[in-house]
Amino acid sequence: MTTMTIAKALTAGLRRVLAENPKSLLMGEDIGRLGGVYRITEGLIDEFGTDRVVDSPLAESGIVGTSIGLALRGYTPIAEIQFDGFVFPAFNQITTQLAKMHARSEGRLTVPVVIRIPYGGGIGSIEHHSESPEALFAHTAGLRIITPSTANDAYWMIQQAAACPDPVIVFEPKRRYWLKGEVDTENPAPDPFTAQVVREGTDATIVAYGPLVPVALAAAEAAVEDGRSIEVVDLRSISPIDFDTVTASVLKTGRLIVTHEAPTFGGIGGEIAARVSERAFLSLEAPVIRVGGFHMPYPVAKVEEQYLPDIDKLLEALDRSFAY
Amino acid sequence: MDRVDGSSARAQDGRSDAGEGVGVDIDADLVQLLAPDGTLGADPVYSAYVGDVDAAMLRGFYRDMALTRRFDAEATALQRQGQLALWVPLRGQEAAQIGSGRATRPNDYIFPTYREHGVALTRDVDFPQMLRIFRGISNGGWDPRENNFHMYTMVLAAQLPHATGYAMGVTRDQAGWDRARLEEDGTAVVAYFGDGSSSEGDAHESMVFAASFNAPVVFFCQNNQWAISVPFSVQSKVPLARRAAGYGIPGVRVDGNDVLAVLAVTRWALERARRGEGPVLIEAQTYRMSAHTTADDPTKYRLSTDEEPWAAKDPLTRLERHLRASGQADDAFFEETAAAGDEMAARVRREALAFPAPSLEDAFGNVYAQAHPLIQEELAWHREYESGFADAGEDAR
Repeated sequence: MTTMTIAKALTAGLRRVLAENPKSLLMGEDIGRLGGVYRITEGLIDEFGTDRVVDSPLAESGIVGTSIGLALRGYTPIAEIQFDGFVFPAFNQITTQLAKMHARSEGRLTVPVVIRIPYGGGIGSIEHHSESPEALFAHTAGLRIITPSTANDAYWMIQQAAACPDPVIVFEPKRRYWLKGEVDTENPAPDPFTAQVVREGTDATIVAYGPLVPVALAAAEAAVEDGRSIEVVDLRSISPIDFDTVTASVLKTGRLIVTHEAPTFGGIGGEIAARVSERAFLSLEAPVIRVGGFHMPYPVAKVEEQYLPDIDKLLEALDRSFAY
Repeated sequence: MDRVDGSSARAQDGRSDAGEGVGVDIDADLVQLLAPDGTLGADPVYSAYVGDVDAAMLRGFYRDMALTRRFDAEATALQRQGQLALWVPLRGQEAAQIGSGRATRPNDYIFPTYREHGVALTRDVDFPQMLRIFRGISNGGWDPRENNFHMYTMVLAAQLPHATGYAMGVTRDQAGWDRARLEEDGTAVVAYFGDGSSSEGDAHESMVFAASFNAPVVFFCQNNQWAISVPFSVQSKVPLARRAAGYGIPGVRVDGNDVLAVLAVTRWALERARRGEGPVLIEAQTYRMSAHTTADDPTKYRLSTDEEPWAAKDPLTRLERHLRASGQADDAFFEETAAAGDEMAARVRREALAFPAPSLEDAFGNVYAQAHPLIQEELAWHREYESGFADAGEDAR
């Protein structure tokens, strides 16, 4: 066990991928000498050289498109998109090419490309630097999407993504990069495509992922004062979603709050609400409540606190659920 | 004699190298070996790259082009008869495709658009397999690994960064090889695209990456003058080969209806790429003599008088004239070739009509390489739903 920030856990995970898989390489803007704008790849160019840690031209479609080509040649490229809001120039390559290559080749070709995307708000930044576009990708078959919320998951999930034969997008909760946690570098984290119950409870379930897992845990702790025992599920995987774990929790608690920073409308929360209503309808004591972003472009930094789900919004949602 | 630097040789020849961005007369720098009347000319740089081409090879190129044209005609007929959902004709582009395809080696990797039926022939992809795409059987058609001929890509220019990335992988695989080994065993990549897709951002990005990383990729543009209904003049104000200068790579314009010139220029570019000298942009001047697809109607945007000058430059007629005038082929050869085409076309039709129906169950199995719970759940539902119709028989649906 060793204590690391999520950022350093990602660096350590990437270092291990590069060391263990000689066909792996990192590619992205400013990831070499600079170590990435968040320094996730810091130092790796010195250890592994410019063929393994590639400072690419400034072109997201090119980064993902050439990563696909490298994968077709037998490599495992791990591409970095600098910020969530800048992934869209690569949207075509990701959705029409990367996601479909295995299917359209009738299973003959695999394209094990990993795309790392720092995502989410709460960092007081300017436009396009605080978005949560995960639902746009979750809607596309052929992609896998995971998001760690702890240092241990960050360390292992980036390695598990690199070992997966399918394309994997790793959404990294950028405002939690400096959150510290224990990392067990010996024993792998659970299957990255499963959810984990991170706090047990009996009265209601909060499902969260990425940057909001600590918020959900804090809300659960605050709810103790109200005499409520809240279970918290860290979704970890956005595609596929581990509906078994979510459903099992709701069958136990009877109430469900789903939260994410992304806009509520058309979001992951709606999919979870629908599935849970199909699987646990008669066990639900109240409608599933979603706590997410508003249907607006991500707001300016001075008001983002009012936009983002927080402890109070989750407690208010719990009040509504229990009052039903 | 050192033929390594073709671009400087061109400059010495007094013609503008496209890579230098000079010269406005678009035909002045066009590489041509075989004139439309079948006369064989010489080029100070590129003739050397076809010095080995004998009568048998020339007849082979004619046969390749004739088979390709016959296949194209058969597929067009199959679409008109309702047996294909769509067809993408290539008539007029046979020399550009056969010349470039025959320049490749088996271990080179090819990224086609969706019109490279002639290139497919040079890679030994069986013609009937190609119709699986257009008959609604498969989105891939053939196994790309068998012939190093990638699947068709329908999203314009999306295959170009794949080609660059693949070539970047080749560079890594071949790190430390000496020049002799590179020339012997080196792999190069050919990325096909057209004048229309030259406007796509992916075309630009792929060339930026290729130049920056010195990737062994040849960008082969068939400028067939039309992007469905939009003429080339809307895509570019300069010959596309001149854009190469902006990337710092050589650009060459070649007569795309001259199979020999295309072969020579592509060989030059591939040899260069294999030696580690980086990417090249080739612009093959050709003409889409037929429609964009069978859903297109060229009479709405161009006149038959527009097509006539290009009919006079027909790539098959040109080579036939040369073969006949030089006594390298006689009536018997052309009759045999036509008969072989008819026989191939009959087999294509027979096999296409006998394709087994695809299964939606297989589609479930190919979305992910690794087991996926949602796929498993939906497949189970699908099976159960379909099994509900088993007793009622097909008619009950």
